[in-house]
Amino acid sequence: MPRVLIFGTLLLVAQVSSPQCGSTTPAAPDGSGPAIAAAASNVLPIAVNGGPTNDALNSVFATVTVCVPGTSNCQTIGGILVDTGSYGLRIASSALTLSLPQQTGTSGAPVVQCFAFLDSVTWGPVVTADVRLAGEQASAIPIQVIGTDRFPSIPSGCSSQGSPEETVSDLNANGILGIGLGIHDCGSDCTIVGPSNPGLYYTCPASGSCQVTQEPVVNQVVNPVAVFPSDNNGAIIQLPAVPTGGQASIAGALIFGIGTQSNNGLGSAKVLTTDAFGNMQTTFNGQSYGNSFLDSGSNGIFFLDTATTGLPACRLSTGFYCPPSVRAFSATQVGANGATSAVSFNAGSVDSLNATFSVMSEATGSNPGGFDWGLPFFYGRSIYTAIAGRSTPAGNGPYWAY
Amino acid sequence: MTRTIMPMLLALALPAGASASLGGTVATVEADRVHMKAALIGITQSGAYTVHTILSPTGTKIREYYGASGVIFGVAWDGAWQPDLRQLFGSYFDRYQRALQGARKARKTRGPVAVDDGTVVVRIGGHLRSVVGVAYVPQLIPAGVDPGVVK
Repeated sequence: MPRVLIFGTLLLVAQVSSPQCGSTTPAAPDGSGPAIAAAASNVLPIAVNGGPTNDALNSVFATVTVCVPGTSNCQTIGGILVDTGSYGLRIASSALTLSLPQQTGTSGAPVVQCFAFLDSVTWGPVVTADVRLAGEQASAIPIQVIGTDRFPSIPSGCSSQGSPEETVSDLNANGILGIGLGIHDCGSDCTIVGPSNPGLYYTCPASGSCQVTQEPVVNQVVNPVAVFPSDNNGAIIQLPAVPTGGQASIAGALIFGIGTQSNNGLGSAKVLTTDAFGNMQTTFNGQSYGNSFLDSGSNGIFFLDTATTGLPACRLSTGFYCPPSVRAFSATQVGANGATSAVSFNAGSVDSLNATFSVMSEATGSNPGGFDWGLPFFYGRSIYTAIAGRSTPAGNGPYWAY
Repeated sequence: MTRTIMPMLLALALPAGASASLGGTVATVEADRVHMKAALIGITQSGAYTVHTILSPTGTKIREYYGASGVIFGVAWDGAWQPDLRQLFGSYFDRYQRALQGARKARKTRGPVAVDDGTVVVRIGGHLRSVVGVAYVPQLIPAGVDPGVVK
């Protein structure tokens, strides 16, 4: 099984990192999406495809290079999910053959992270790497290696937050590149002593059990974009539009920086700022819903529930809606700055998607409390994610713009 | 001061294994609170059910719903950090984990959690530093109460 995955990885690396990738993108028909940026030092090719496990849906992947800090001892890894819903680079241990220096705590014991996604936790050591994305480099930054091979016992305080995901197969990816609105994945909360510490960082001494540790902010897993010497105020995801019924795969671009180069200006994009928690509001059928956000790492547009939307749950695709025919919806996104954007989207049956397709714009599902505008919302758009506290031509982040 | 001591006594009086929340009795609300070192910040009654709101030390608000029988039929939370779900779900936590793992075999949602294994319903949404979740056991909901009250 691991061998098969490694072959899959190599194939994907070849696909995504091919220099032709950007230029061979079919021109989008008029009005169906942005022109995808040409190759440049701040442009990383991205693709929505089946990924390393060949069964991902609406998952956008990139290739990253990690190096032993300050050396040319590097490894290039494809099939890394681009996620604007988290911050920091995490790589599955089975996809990482390069040996990277382990971070240690003040006691000298290795630092190991418990990172909770909504449906899972990832457990594994914090190591230091130079992270290269296109022509940009984040030097000597902490990243997480996911897997229990070196630290096999997941503390109960970690596993009690969700179901552990340890392998490429669990993750449906070789890793996750978190380039969202924030910089460090925990912030000051993880520097607190006692029960107010949310427990993202542990030290694991050679003998004895792993214990929650106070992790200085500078040692925390960090959004690599925020650490670039330049183009470090945010990023833009550009993807072509997708016809109803889906598509096998699409290619696009991840552009670093906002208004820092000739290829990343805001143009006429509308800016929607967020609150301190990274949320905006969505108005739907006259009701306003908080807890609404854009997230390239969510593989559908997830909103409300069957009772509110009239959309039945799928029989097979857990969590998705499966209406018998495609239904059109409209809503208005409202930024914390009061800016509004009326948007429309479709809901179709995920169970009915051609099994060989990895791209479906009308994939929708349920979500408590608000709107999770996942990757289908990114199709046919250039979406800007501005990092909190960083200056851009439209003011400081955090905001989304498109 | 009195308030802090009483719940601790209650928790000590509980038999081992009773520190469950969902499906447990109202006494376990206090057990949860003590286990999580949380503060009780509100009690509201709405006809057929009562809601205890507690504030976890990480700032996450947790609401526990129980009816006249005292059995907790639902929990909901929102805040920057996921609460201790094993504590909150009690005996339903293992079912929840199994259902999550089963869902991975199907076309998988990446993003929110939507679990309904026929016994327990769990929905979790959000992103890093902002989590919203609800969980309830339909069979435990008092007659005439809509599951939608758990929010």
